[in-house]
Amino acid sequence: MQNNSTVKNSNNISWESVLELIYDSRVDSVGLKERVSSLATRSIKKDSKLQALKMVVSMCDLTTLEGEDTEGKISQMAAKAINPDPSDKEINSVAAVCVYPSLVETAKEKVINSSVKVAAVSSYFPSGQVPMDSKILDTQYAIDAGADEIDIVINRKAFLEGDYRKVFDEIVALKEVCKNVHLKTILEVGDLKTYENIRKASLISLAAGSDFIKTSTGKLSIGSSREACYVMLKAVLDYKSLTGISAGIKVAGGIRDSKDAIRYLVMINEEMGDEWLSPDLFRFGASSLLDDVLKQIKKLKTGAYQAGYYFPRG
Amino acid sequence: MVNWQYLESIESREILNIRSKYTNYIGGKFIEPNSKKYIETISPSTEEVLSKIAISNQNDVNKAVKAARSGFEIWSNLAPYERSKYLFKLARLIQERSREFAVLESLDGGKPIKESRDFDIPQVAANFFYFAGWADKIDLSWSTKGLKPHGVVGQIIPWNFPLLMLAWKVAPALATGNTVVLKPAETTSLTALLFAEICDQAGLPNGVVNIITGDGTTGSLIVNHKDINKIAFTGSTQVGKLIQKSLAGREVGLTLELGGKAANIVYEDAAIDQAVEGVVNGIFFNQGHVCCAGSRLLIQESVHDQFISKLEKRMQALRVGNPLDKNTDIGAINSKEQLNKITNLVDEGVADGGNIFQTECELPGNGFWFKPTLFTDVQPSYSIAREEIFGPVLTTLTFRTPDEAVEIANNTEYGLSAGVWTEKGSKILWTADRLEAGVVWANTFNKFDPASPFGGYKESGFGREGGRHGLLSYLKESS
Repeated sequence: MQNNSTVKNSNNISWESVLELIYDSRVDSVGLKERVSSLATRSIKKDSKLQALKMVVSMCDLTTLEGEDTEGKISQMAAKAINPDPSDKEINSVAAVCVYPSLVETAKEKVINSSVKVAAVSSYFPSGQVPMDSKILDTQYAIDAGADEIDIVINRKAFLEGDYRKVFDEIVALKEVCKNVHLKTILEVGDLKTYENIRKASLISLAAGSDFIKTSTGKLSIGSSREACYVMLKAVLDYKSLTGISAGIKVAGGIRDSKDAIRYLVMINEEMGDEWLSPDLFRFGASSLLDDVLKQIKKLKTGAYQAGYYFPRG
Repeated sequence: MVNWQYLESIESREILNIRSKYTNYIGGKFIEPNSKKYIETISPSTEEVLSKIAISNQNDVNKAVKAARSGFEIWSNLAPYERSKYLFKLARLIQERSREFAVLESLDGGKPIKESRDFDIPQVAANFFYFAGWADKIDLSWSTKGLKPHGVVGQIIPWNFPLLMLAWKVAPALATGNTVVLKPAETTSLTALLFAEICDQAGLPNGVVNIITGDGTTGSLIVNHKDINKIAFTGSTQVGKLIQKSLAGREVGLTLELGGKAANIVYEDAAIDQAVEGVVNGIFFNQGHVCCAGSRLLIQESVHDQFISKLEKRMQALRVGNPLDKNTDIGAINSKEQLNKITNLVDEGVADGGNIFQTECELPGNGFWFKPTLFTDVQPSYSIAREEIFGPVLTTLTFRTPDEAVEIANNTEYGLSAGVWTEKGSKILWTADRLEAGVVWANTFNKFDPASPFGGYKESGFGREGGRHGLLSYLKESS
């Protein structure tokens, strides 16, 4: 892993050095789980909790990825993204809204004049089971429609067949399409199953030029887990020590409450440090998480746990 | 950039009802020491005086042994299932009052509340439950029948896991029909005295458990008492040798659990991130006040630099401070005396030429504290590589081949524990076979289970505690 002088930057990494990177992908699941559960015992209360919850809001990618999505739905969500809790001026906008390519244009219109970015899932999210040309078209379409960020899926077929080269090459090709548009690469950890696979896929995605690596599509019953996030953050740190590049992490799928979200933040804080406690480098992909976080913030401020109908629908 | 600090999250002391002074617990009663002498017991994290404990003299020891002797007549003649019931009751009461025990343990001994709450006290209860289950099955467990209890057992325990060491000693002794005179360490006697209250609450027959406090002098009075049938000691090798000398030529059983200087061997094919965690846990758990601590990191040269850089980064994330803060990873050093010992050995390590790394952290003003410390560039001849430091100090040595790793690991007078880190199963077995250590952990460290025997090789002592083997330490073949 050391002495990798050929590695210069994310777009200038050779396949040979990727092979060297993923050669040592050992993860001990028992030790990993132990560390993650020990971090979960941190007691975050009062002002520390409030600060954490506000961070969570600012790190949210408010998401709707359904066949039933309409312009109306996107308008609602965009309004919520810009102003998550109209009754509390201290609450900032979320980081982004995440939609299918066909709705990027609408989303873009709705978030105009706000800090909220528009992320599009592409490359035939969620399965990615199409030829490469189609993935490029899909991605190009989203970018042309104005997407600020692109969330692609890795080729799990190729990965599980052991064709890591193909996984790498596809991401490199999509990164070329993206140019300066932020590229988030979804590993779909629920398909990869083992921690070794997650580590390998993380390193391949990072070396291929991803700006972010993301746990899940949210379309499987197994979404994100703190264990998967831990493996990914270690890969991000190792990649940074090799290249100097700080890549981001997005966790998505199954993060429903504030407690869980804070546990992710604790892990990021203690393993990665302040630098990653920012929407530039850490995101939550969520739909139902945001309302729980808003309720908890309200509870900390007023002592009362308000009913859902006090918060506008997104 | 944000700066996210965790506010203090202090476990409340209100649950505690610490008395202004504690007397001895003998024959089922709290009684004034004949010596009339008391010493103050303080909290090592603040130096606040918590209470006073008795310093027991010869008369006090005589009383305790006498009470244990009459207790033995009752206890050893009880039906085994009755003994079992009492032990189950003790276990349940410990669970019921676990928060009280945890807070007191952290306050009196300096260990982080997350450890006393999540490790010490659950393990204490687990040991009583485990040995409660054995009490009525002993006759079925060995082919040679006719195993009998020793009688009155003198037990002297250390200050690093005060209540857990009590459990390791008292539970198997009682399960096998012995009665005990137990002396906790003078810096950490309070949880043992709270345990005495539990014995009362459980309605344990008088004299079965006797707890007398005092320093080393009281300990030696117990060892030299003529009516003691067995001594069980956990503590330093130096004192262990003195005890063995005192008992030479007498018909008194003895088990010793003494010091250690465990090697934690990291091979190049280990899962490095988890090995770093395991090494941190191995040495910084309980401020390194652990006889089986992985205090010698043996690391394969090919991964040395990468490993050390990850290790230093991880150490920097350790939170040192108030033991009652639920977010504290490393608490206070148990006593001024121990702090001096650690400081002297670390100074020696620097003078010898070791390269020292200490984390940047603010230490509280009062109390006894030591920063998490890592030594690299250490030669096997340095005292920090040979002597038990018993503090948050890790010493790094390097090796080239598995043979060399084993040779360095065994190059010590101790042999209590060891760790092996590799993802290759055959290498784990090869290494473990060759390590002279009572416990070898593979890809983990500091794991305990009441069902698993624990004890040493060489100068780390003899006899086993825990498991079926642990019962044998409290039984003898009847003539």
